[in-house]
Amino acid sequence: MKKHKILMMVGSLLLLLLFAFPLWNITLEAPQYPTPLGMDIYINKFEDMHPHDIKNINLMNHYVGMKYIPETIPEFKIFPVVIAVMVILGVFIGLKANYKWYLIWFILMLVLGIAGMYDFYLWEYNYGHDLDPKAIMKFTNPDGSIMGFQPPLFGSKDILNFKAHSYPRLGAYGMFFGMFLTFIAYLLGKKEAKKVKSN
Amino acid sequence: MFMMGCGNNGNKTQEKAGALGSNAAEKVYVAPGEHDEFYAFLSGGYSGNVTVYGLPSGRMLKEIPVFSQFPTSGYGYSEETKPMLNTSHGFIPWDDSHHPDISQTNGELDGRFIFINGNNTPRIAKIDLSVFETTEIIEIPNSAGNHSSSFVTENTEYVVAGTRFSVPVPQVDMPINEYKGKFKGALSFISVDPEHGHMDLKFQIIMPGFNYDLSHPGRGNSHGWFFFSTYNTEEASTLLEVNASQNDKDFIAAINWKKIEEYVNNGGGKKMPANYAHNVYDESTHNATSTMKKEVLVVDPTEVPGAVYLLPTPKSPHGCDVSPDGEYIIGSGKLSADLTVHSFTNMLKAIEDKKFDGEAYGIPIMNYDDVVAGVVKSGGLGPLHTEFDAKGNAYTTFFISSEVVKWKLGTWEVIDRKPTYYSVGHLMVPGGNSRKPFGKYLIAMNKITKDRYLPTGPELEHSVQLYDISGEKMELLSDFPSHGEPHYAAGCPADLLKPKSKKFYKMEENKHPYAIKAPQDAKVVREGSNVHIYMSTIRSHFTPDNIEGIKVGDNVYFHITNHEQDFDVPHGFAMIGANTSEILVMPGQTKTITWQPKQVGVWPFYCTDFCSALHQEMQGYIRVSPQNSDIKLSWSLDGE
Ligand SMILES: [Cu+2]
Repeated sequence: MKKHKILMMVGSLLLLLLFAFPLWNITLEAPQYPTPLGMDIYINKFEDMHPHDIKNINLMNHYVGMKYIPETIPEFKIFPVVIAVMVILGVFIGLKANYKWYLIWFILMLVLGIAGMYDFYLWEYNYGHDLDPKAIMKFTNPDGSIMGFQPPLFGSKDILNFKAHSYPRLGAYGMFFGMFLTFIAYLLGKKEAKKVKSN
Repeated sequence: MFMMGCGNNGNKTQEKAGALGSNAAEKVYVAPGEHDEFYAFLSGGYSGNVTVYGLPSGRMLKEIPVFSQFPTSGYGYSEETKPMLNTSHGFIPWDDSHHPDISQTNGELDGRFIFINGNNTPRIAKIDLSVFETTEIIEIPNSAGNHSSSFVTENTEYVVAGTRFSVPVPQVDMPINEYKGKFKGALSFISVDPEHGHMDLKFQIIMPGFNYDLSHPGRGNSHGWFFFSTYNTEEASTLLEVNASQNDKDFIAAINWKKIEEYVNNGGGKKMPANYAHNVYDESTHNATSTMKKEVLVVDPTEVPGAVYLLPTPKSPHGCDVSPDGEYIIGSGKLSADLTVHSFTNMLKAIEDKKFDGEAYGIPIMNYDDVVAGVVKSGGLGPLHTEFDAKGNAYTTFFISSEVVKWKLGTWEVIDRKPTYYSVGHLMVPGGNSRKPFGKYLIAMNKITKDRYLPTGPELEHSVQLYDISGEKMELLSDFPSHGEPHYAAGCPADLLKPKSKKFYKMEENKHPYAIKAPQDAKVVREGSNVHIYMSTIRSHFTPDNIEGIKVGDNVYFHITNHEQDFDVPHGFAMIGANTSEILVMPGQTKTITWQPKQVGVWPFYCTDFCSALHQEMQGYIRVSPQNSDIKLSWSLDGE
């Protein structure tokens, strides 16, 4: 089989890692938590990094009026389907289709990825800003507006006494690398097509 | 610092104090946030507890209540823990805790449990080292002054409880001056279930009416034997100071417990009526139960030939310590200057050759010269206790001359001596009662403190002194006050316990009959004049908080469940006017305390442990109405 075909299929199959490993992780560090609190985000669930971390995050966050992190969100129904469809589609394209389809798959995946990130951002924004008006503690920004407690989308950020870290995990790395492979597959396919033409 | 040093040693030490002083400070310094290398568990004597210290820093880490009520946590006050202090004499909220010993496997510390004896109302307690809590207490019948206790055999097959006072067995109303020949000394062997650690009084050996002072297990070759020092072999019953000091030699009793175990397993011994409590704390129900046992199996040692021998030992021996290899049994004559060291091999040989020097109540007495391996001519006064390092050295405390003497096993030569401040009783090397001592540090537990610390009125806490014993000469590193009267101690490397330490109780494993699984299950239930309040705690509120419809004369039970699931987040609960104590409830735990309101009014309760930024707001009220009032039971849930 052609090398680019294999790459295309391997690339899309790497997305399957998302079903076994977390996509993202948010970790909260503070002096009184020598073992930081953390939450792993999978495509279909939130999970404690250490037993009861989410419960403890909720307990702590209720002081500033944040809602409890929900057991589940609608995305957890949609994401697995989208990923499964993309894997099947990717393998199908790798087997049967012209290399140009690789690029279409890649762009589609990129758009879906960005949409997913944007959705995640919205969720985080809402989680960090939709505060109980009767909150025990109220903090304001220097300009007088109510302070939000949104964790960063990517990177690290100080939130009151906590340092919040938000970074991709193995599932996401698998997805990024898989997408990268499909793009390489496209380039290889294109190169080969040129060669065939010039012959 | 060394001005109080005694005699010839004072000067020598003083010269080095300058340079070594700073060096010693470095050796005990544990930087903020760093952990100590060893745990030391000191018996609390008349405080009835065990206190836990870190070594080398000497920082006190925890006080574990064992035989005493303890308002800090509610131990012995809460409904769940009250049964722990039940005995055949009723509820006894105090005892005199003496000798802790850590459980062993193959003669090495395994860090599962600590056993400790209650001296006054004979009891043995077990502390679970994953939670540092007392989880089992067994009372010892036919015993009095449970002193030669609680030491464990090589695989924790048994914990022993030897009686200090001989008493009539069974108890009977009789003239005290008929003591001789009629009083008996019970040596109890309590089996420990290898899996769960549950204790069971398997058999008692009914010995002559001596006083059984201290004991140690054999190990290695002598595994299967237990050794008990005795005094008052005169069997005097009055003015013992004089009358029990007449014999030049008392005995160390050598007990072949394997032989007696075999005898018992084959149906030997006889069942005798008894009455003693066995109290067990169950970690899943968070509740203790007390069961009264009605029978004990007793063994007459003369019916098991070859199981018990008496080793003559001069002069009222106190300590009875066995070297790590199990070969030497060291007897310290309180009234002597010398240590008598018996050889286990010599003893076996003499038994084989049937060389005896008479008998006492049918028990063979060995020839002193046949069993003695050597004598340490120490030059000190009042030797008491001996511990060992891993290099063939022994360390003995001298009460009267206030010093620790280091000497060599086998050659019996004295290598070093250091003063203590003052009047030292026991000493402890971590792993000291095992085949594997960790010979880096030694602590001496002194009976008298005098001018060592800032004065605190007529009473000072006893002083503990820490010595570095890694070199040829001992070095005094530091001293620190302890709590109560520490007798013996047990120590082990921190690495043995740290990984096993429990951080909280899992809520889903809480099987307490009055637990609620979540705050929304909180409720108040009246059953006649008993009112059960199922209450939840979480940072920073109680659910329910305002309760009305309670009446004077009611019996109110507060069943508090702490719904936190995080390390070190207890909540407390205290009720105004309660005739008990507060309780401290660990994450995932349920505890119950009672209150009998006597006056009408609106009475507050609150959280006693500063749990969060809003700890002060963690409070509520109970409205108490007259007995004939018809106010309905009501309460508020989470602000509603
Ligand atoms: Cu609290």
